[in-house]
Amino acid sequence: MTQAPTANNRMAKAHSSAETLTEVSTETHLKWLRDMQLIREFENRTMQAYQQAKIGGFCHIYSGQEACAVGTIAATKQDDPVVTAYRDHGHALARGMSARACMAEMFGKITGCAKGKGGSMHMFDRPNWLFGGHGIVGAQTPLGAGLAFASKYENEVLKKGVHPDHKPKQKITLCYLGDGAIDQGAFHEALNLASLFDLPVIFIIENNGYSMGTAIHRHTANHENLVARGESYGIDSIKIDGLDIRHLYSEFKPFADRCRENSRPGFVDLKTYRYQGHSMSDPQKYRTKDEVEEYKNKDSIARLLNQLMEEGSMTEDSWKTMQNEIRDEVLDAVEFAESSPAPEVEAELFTDVYALPQKNLSPTAEYHHGARNPLL
Amino acid sequence: MTTLEMIDSKIHPAVGEWTLPDFVDEADLPGRDGDRVIQFREAIREAMSHEMRQDEKVFLIGEEVAEYNGAYKISQGMLDEFGPRRIIDSPISENGFAGMCIGAAMYGLRPIVEFMSWSFSFVAADAILNNAPKMLYMSGGQWGCPIVFRGNDGAGGQLASTHSWCVEGLYANVPGLKMAIPSNPYDAKGLLATAIRDPDPVFFLESERMLGDKAHVPEEQYYIPFGRARLAREGEHCTLVSFGRPVHFCVEAAEKLAADGIECDVLDMRTIRPLDIDAVIKSVKKTSRVVVVDQSWPFGGVSSEVITQICERCFDYLDHPPVRVNTEDVPTPYAKNLEAAYLPNPTKIEAAVRKVIEATA
Ligand SMILES: Cc1ncc(C[n+]2csc(CCOP(=O)(O)OP(=O)(O)O)c2C)c(N)n1
Ligand SMILES: [Mg+2]
Repeated sequence: MTQAPTANNRMAKAHSSAETLTEVSTETHLKWLRDMQLIREFENRTMQAYQQAKIGGFCHIYSGQEACAVGTIAATKQDDPVVTAYRDHGHALARGMSARACMAEMFGKITGCAKGKGGSMHMFDRPNWLFGGHGIVGAQTPLGAGLAFASKYENEVLKKGVHPDHKPKQKITLCYLGDGAIDQGAFHEALNLASLFDLPVIFIIENNGYSMGTAIHRHTANHENLVARGESYGIDSIKIDGLDIRHLYSEFKPFADRCRENSRPGFVDLKTYRYQGHSMSDPQKYRTKDEVEEYKNKDSIARLLNQLMEEGSMTEDSWKTMQNEIRDEVLDAVEFAESSPAPEVEAELFTDVYALPQKNLSPTAEYHHGARNPLL
Repeated sequence: MTTLEMIDSKIHPAVGEWTLPDFVDEADLPGRDGDRVIQFREAIREAMSHEMRQDEKVFLIGEEVAEYNGAYKISQGMLDEFGPRRIIDSPISENGFAGMCIGAAMYGLRPIVEFMSWSFSFVAADAILNNAPKMLYMSGGQWGCPIVFRGNDGAGGQLASTHSWCVEGLYANVPGLKMAIPSNPYDAKGLLATAIRDPDPVFFLESERMLGDKAHVPEEQYYIPFGRARLAREGEHCTLVSFGRPVHFCVEAAEKLAADGIECDVLDMRTIRPLDIDAVIKSVKKTSRVVVVDQSWPFGGVSSEVITQICERCFDYLDHPPVRVNTEDVPTPYAKNLEAAYLPNPTKIEAAVRKVIEATA
């Protein structure tokens, strides 16, 4: 299990350019630290619950990559669409989903964000504009282009909200994918469409160096120059160190603002690392313990904590307090998930299949409407 | 609201408000007879154009739909009326643009996605099968997918295996989608308008071989509810169940049989999901004999589904085991004679009915 950073492994050194960071307040830095630590702690408890067989299915742990979701989502507005793959707990939490709804979903409970119908790989949060959590590698990339298409259409063609309570505006869609997903046709088609139609979507490659057990140099050509993929479609493309959140934000924020303003796609090779196996069932024969340790020494949470302590914005005491609060929040989420009821078969198995259920849609099932989603 | 079984409110938290009309009974729809004769392709165009005028959220995308005026001239003139923001030429990226439109539909738009042929939809299979029909369920009712996929289905004319797909047998298997297969211009216009307004993903299957078919189609827009079969011909001796192009073969066969005093009910199902099994049961209880005609392959297809439901629901009324007429169970051949032998036709249907009648005489 991944340890929370302590004074001992706080080895990282800041190397962000100071001037681009002056706009970011100390409160914001503290929020980033809190959000990242929340994800780390949440994932620790997730692994525990998985080992206790309280969580089933495929479960992909985000530990090590926290700065990616937190640092990029920090550059968006609350109603900018976000879509990601199956390693999605971090994005859900960073986007504002409660730890309770996220954990309860994995426990397969009615109080989960998808009423227990999606599980670990399918986190959805309509109030926070999170469009999933998608299990098929690369499938979310055309969806990301489509979300950008729709926000642009809403703004430029409709000139009014698709829904009465929503105002059109220039939005940017964040579409996350792993380095393995860039080998998919869907990804290439989505990039072509996004560039061709001037869609304001940023494809963020969370490049953790592995597609399951296949290291990047074995799964993709020209792997040292991923930005060439984006550039080949005429898309502004940058490579960012995804382990240093302050640096990440200072690079990503102006990049995202430009994409929003110009209504153009972007491509980001965000270098990161995952500490755990690909999923909970991975013996990790394809990499060395030394390699994992090397990255843990560059831990993004420890690095930010170190910086904040050096600056005097954080003390050992306030860090302890923050950790305790987070631990309580996550424990509460686990308890909530545990004590929540499972979806009732009669009430929920046949609901949410159709928005407009009709007679004779199925020879055996009668579809109906179930409980309102707890997030709505 | 009429007898159609639907939820009371016309708003769903995952798709917002929708504006499905209050459906009327078949008898109260505008008449099918008249002299405003247009082609099938024009009927489709009229439904799309009407809905696009009503709702700016509706747009059309597909290969060659805009500047080329449609590979099959279905969207002719629509670019001029609606402009390039709403009539959109897409690159040949079915997976990409189908997936893109699913994202747009989740967000709240109402895309119409034209596949030049459903035969080309397989490269988009993940998007249209894994995403569109499952989004509402997987998100626990948070994001819907109001989208129409439409295009040519079935054998065109010597297009051979890759281009002659009937996808209904495969796709109707998936819960979460609705499927309409019109057999004539009148129904095409009324069903497509309903499809565009429906808050769920609708697979709308046309036939290249019928796009030039002509019939009277009212100018006004009307809406045919899903799940209502049409009785194309009435008779008491045998029930013929079909949908799409083979409905015409059934009517032709029924006319021949009538000359020998064999009268058939011909049911045009119009939608496969929902499937108006009640109309089928009603007819079979009357005739005690049934032949199901399906232009897709027999194994695990729509005909097998219809027959299963008949057996489940009115087995005791049958005087003879249900019979099916499908395309032959081989890849679609090119040679003219082989293709003709492969497809269902009036002769095969007539023979099937005679066999059932003779065995129960
Ligand atoms: C189309 C498809 N093929 C295979 C899989 C099985 N699979 C799930 S994740 C994965 C590796 C993807 O790696 P990457 O995109 O780098 O994301 P990461 O897991 O590193 O976050 C594979 C092969 C899948 N889910 N979908
Ligand atoms: Mg990876």
